[in-house]
Amino acid sequence: MSLLAVREVSKHFGGFTALAGVSIEIAEGERFGLIGPNGSGKTTLINCISGALRNESGQILFRGREIGGLPAYRRTRLGIARSFQIPRPFHTMSVLENLLVPSAYVAHLKEAEAEAEAMRILAVMGLADKAGALASRLSQVELRKLELARAMAARPRLLISDEAMAGLAGAEVDEVLKILFALNAQGITIIMIEHIMQAVMRFSQRVVCLDAGRIICEGTPAAIVQNPDVQRAYLGA
Amino acid sequence: MKFWIGIAVVFLAALGTALSGANEYFFYAGYVVLTFVVLATAWNILGGYAGYVNFGTGAFFGLGSYSAVVLFKALSAPLALQIVAAAAVGAALGFGVGIMTLRLRGIFFAIATVAILFIMETLMVNWRYVGGATGLQLLRPEVIAPFPSYTRMLFVVMAFLALLAIAIARYVQISWIGRGLRAIRDSEEAAECSGVPTLRLKLFACVVSGALMGAAGAPMPMYLSFVEPASSFSLNWGVSALAMPMIGGTAHWIGPVVGALLLGSIQQIVTVTISNEINVLVVGVLLVLFVVLAPDGIVGLFRKLVGRK
Amino acid sequence: MIFSFDLLFEAILFGILLGCFYAAVSIGLSVSFGLLDVPHVAHPAIMILGSYCTYVVAAWGLDPILSGVVLMPAFFVLGVLIYRFYYETFERRGSDAGVRGLAFFFGLAFIIEVGLILGFGVDQRTVHAPYIGSSLALGEYRIPYRMLVAFGVALVLTFALTLYLSKTFTGRAIKAVAQDEPALRLMGANPVRIKQWAFGIATGVSALAGAMLIIVGPVEPALDRLYIGRTFCVVVLAGLGSMTGTLAAGLILGVAESIVLMMLGASWAPAVAFGLLLVVLGIRPQGLFGR
Repeated sequence: MSLLAVREVSKHFGGFTALAGVSIEIAEGERFGLIGPNGSGKTTLINCISGALRNESGQILFRGREIGGLPAYRRTRLGIARSFQIPRPFHTMSVLENLLVPSAYVAHLKEAEAEAEAMRILAVMGLADKAGALASRLSQVELRKLELARAMAARPRLLISDEAMAGLAGAEVDEVLKILFALNAQGITIIMIEHIMQAVMRFSQRVVCLDAGRIICEGTPAAIVQNPDVQRAYLGA
Repeated sequence: MKFWIGIAVVFLAALGTALSGANEYFFYAGYVVLTFVVLATAWNILGGYAGYVNFGTGAFFGLGSYSAVVLFKALSAPLALQIVAAAAVGAALGFGVGIMTLRLRGIFFAIATVAILFIMETLMVNWRYVGGATGLQLLRPEVIAPFPSYTRMLFVVMAFLALLAIAIARYVQISWIGRGLRAIRDSEEAAECSGVPTLRLKLFACVVSGALMGAAGAPMPMYLSFVEPASSFSLNWGVSALAMPMIGGTAHWIGPVVGALLLGSIQQIVTVTISNEINVLVVGVLLVLFVVLAPDGIVGLFRKLVGRK
Repeated sequence: MIFSFDLLFEAILFGILLGCFYAAVSIGLSVSFGLLDVPHVAHPAIMILGSYCTYVVAAWGLDPILSGVVLMPAFFVLGVLIYRFYYETFERRGSDAGVRGLAFFFGLAFIIEVGLILGFGVDQRTVHAPYIGSSLALGEYRIPYRMLVAFGVALVLTFALTLYLSKTFTGRAIKAVAQDEPALRLMGANPVRIKQWAFGIATGVSALAGAMLIIVGPVEPALDRLYIGRTFCVVVLAGLGSMTGTLAAGLILGVAESIVLMMLGASWAPAVAFGLLLVVLGIRPQGLFGR
């Protein structure tokens, strides 16, 4: 049984079709890459999986259970966590307090335990020294790490990283990539959405390419890169 | 623990003052200021903590007043029962409005509260049992010993409600509920994805807020010996209940208290010495000034002065 | 409760005229809130301000509609200033902008209202014109001329604004900025200036709307409270960002209010707009033609 099964999922916005019958199966522990040009439906798909949007048709199964009708917070409690493309920190709270929210609401930890776990996560992320800093004062790369740290505090089985490296410089990309590899080593299934090709290719075991709401190619990173449809989607119209 | 000692001290002080020989006017004005403490504190639970602005405080407050009147007229209910019933009605209204509009963006909730305000007023204007547009005169029951006057007793009752409101607001603020509400205010999307049941928490805040506002409205008809729709359901309650926390500071429970005591007292003075119109002008101007220049309110300014964070 | 088909027909007729009027007074809000996302609860207050300014200008002998038109440039500037201030103070800073923005406009509405009370008193004000006071006789029905004038101006205004937004370059830029601001930035246009311009137009239109308001009936400073219901009802029912929807929504509200007025009397009429607003928010918050 796959961890996440997306079956013939569709989503429309008025007359615009964002997703047209997308199907994906993701196994537990997998490192999965999702690519596609802007507007291809990647974020819409992620939103449907995480619960920010409701799919109009098709099924979304998590550990065998249909979750398409559940509100987002329930899905998080079931084990799906995501980071946001444009970081959305709780800006009036400190970095530590940001993590206490999912700790309390998902992991149901008491204050002292929650703080200890939060500090552990921040250490892995390299943010331990910023624990007391106000979230609004962080740099871009620190915000991206906070997004991932906060997702981790929800103790997910599936982590969706939505363009966590967008706009970051080379060394920073490596930093975030290292963190994602470490998390996967702990057993967390990761879906990575990225435009930075070298990151996706290094990280993913399997890649799917979306274009105009449909899957146009699925396979290993090497196969994807050589696929003419994928090349056309990125360089063509 | 220090908090509860403080609460007890304040209540005993209020009680003591009521039994003393102080000027009757003090209680007359003090009752109104204390009403504002309750309204501002209640407003802040949803507005300050969760970020959902209520313009229609008058709807909950007025409905509380009218619930009390109906119970008094139909069953000669004692004040305590009137207050509890008013709180229940306020809670129900909060739930109704919340369920309908808290799923939507903040401004839709705000506009919906104005709609409820006018609809409530229209309903009461057209209900003959409570006197319609002209309202009702009410005869106060006998004052309970040892209070020298009914107004003094109401003063103590409102002091109790104010302290209750403060205790509830403080509990919400420091509990995990408060953290969830703050997460909602900072980024509702991220909160939802962090496992926060956003709609439930918002509804909770709305219900608690509505209940307190309703309770605050219950003794008002007895205070005035009179009730009528236009003043009970005035938009003016809304602007005060909003201005006081925004001026005092919305992040901490003490903000609305500071704002209510300060602005409430100013209002009493201005209304008596100048006019009611200038009173509303003062509230409006102070609101805009603080919102623009000092968004963290008086408490925020104080913190900056003392040098924290 | 009196009921007859004659009365019903007259109510519907009156309702259509009233509805067009409601559409015209709401169209400014359709732009400022529907397109620009500004929480402009002070829109009715500014319109009432327009009514009072019309009263003052008309007192010099100018026709009220003309007075309204004359005031439009001044109100345009006022709109630009307000938007600029709002943007710099609230939208730029980001955090808590929603709550503070709402509180700001709420406070502004009260300041305008009290300012008018202090300047003009709480009594109702009216204007005079040849078409105010007499009615057109159409068979058995009497249609007040002032309603026809308001109806005419309202139609012209609504169509003019709709055409402006869909045919002119600036107009389409305004619609574009409502839909996709980042794209507009990429094209080199400055979204803030466009929004500023749009808000100015919306406020300028409010001056004329205010003129129509005082033609249709007497005004008093507290009237803005009632119109919060009517204008937001129209804008929400229409669907944010839809100009043609504004006309349809206005008609629906006008007819509904007129029928309630006929059947239940004046003490129930104010609640119609607010009630309809709640129903729309509860059942179909995106309105009839929402984006």
